[in-house]
Amino acid sequence: MPIELHRIDDRLIHGQVVVGWGQPLELRFLVLVDDEVAASEWEQELYRMGVPPDMRVEFVSVAQAIERYSTFAADPRPGMLLTGDIDTMARLCAAIPALRRVNLGGVHHRAGRAQKLRYIFLTEAEESELRAMAANGVEISAQDVPAARVMPLAQVLAGEALA
Amino acid sequence: MSEQEVRPAALVIGHQDFAAGIVSAVTAITGRSDLFRTASNYGLDTRATEAMLRDAIADGVRVIFSDLPAGSTTMAARRAQRDHPEVTVVTGISLPVLLDYAFAAPGAAHAADAAVEKGRAAMMVTRGPARAD
Repeated sequence: MPIELHRIDDRLIHGQVVVGWGQPLELRFLVLVDDEVAASEWEQELYRMGVPPDMRVEFVSVAQAIERYSTFAADPRPGMLLTGDIDTMARLCAAIPALRRVNLGGVHHRAGRAQKLRYIFLTEAEESELRAMAANGVEISAQDVPAARVMPLAQVLAGEALA
Repeated sequence: MSEQEVRPAALVIGHQDFAAGIVSAVTAITGRSDLFRTASNYGLDTRATEAMLRDAIADGVRVIFSDLPAGSTTMAARRAQRDHPEVTVVTGISLPVLLDYAFAAPGAAHAADAAVEKGRAAMMVTRGPARAD
């Protein structure tokens, strides 16, 4: 299972990813899928600064991720694929039939978003996009760190954890 | 008071209550509560954290202390710093780092560098005496 987690996290590479998941999963590579970061050497250098030397980072655009996914998936070392938003992950899921499980790791507060979990805030459009992904067979759950409870999408959208 | 005697405004930012906690320790030790502002990235994405730091810089903050080199706090600080070369970012901080900075002479040009060295030097491992059995 070379790509252990397909994660949506608007903080991209940060403590929860590198330490929280990186250590228990013994991650050896990260695939950061973001068109803006893939086009900026400065942004890439910024993210590299936060990654331990034994963890490789690939910065790819959505198109490159789709093209190279099978190579990433064939890597025998444990890895994580990261997107900064739901739309990017939805585009990957639509183009990559093998990508059937998605982790909601962090979608934080912004104008127009409603709180669903402590670390998940969604617009109506984002909710619709997640429902569409699930309807197409993608298993979606929320979990910010490994020790946290896994919340299936239906419970996330129902806001059950806030009740 | 001359410009040289003015201490650059400093802000500590961290995950959850890290900043409030460590600055409260500085206050307990120094008796001063005016040395560091505090901020948290709780509930914020990196861009919102960056916007908060940009506001702080516009308000005079010139030194930003962050908790984790790989953290979104540091990423946001580095992004804000990109347009503000007058700002210094120090990451991976500890209480000895902040205390050294707090006691540095106001206006000391290399106070942040000296504080980092102090923080490094303060770390140690101690073990109890070996048992005879």
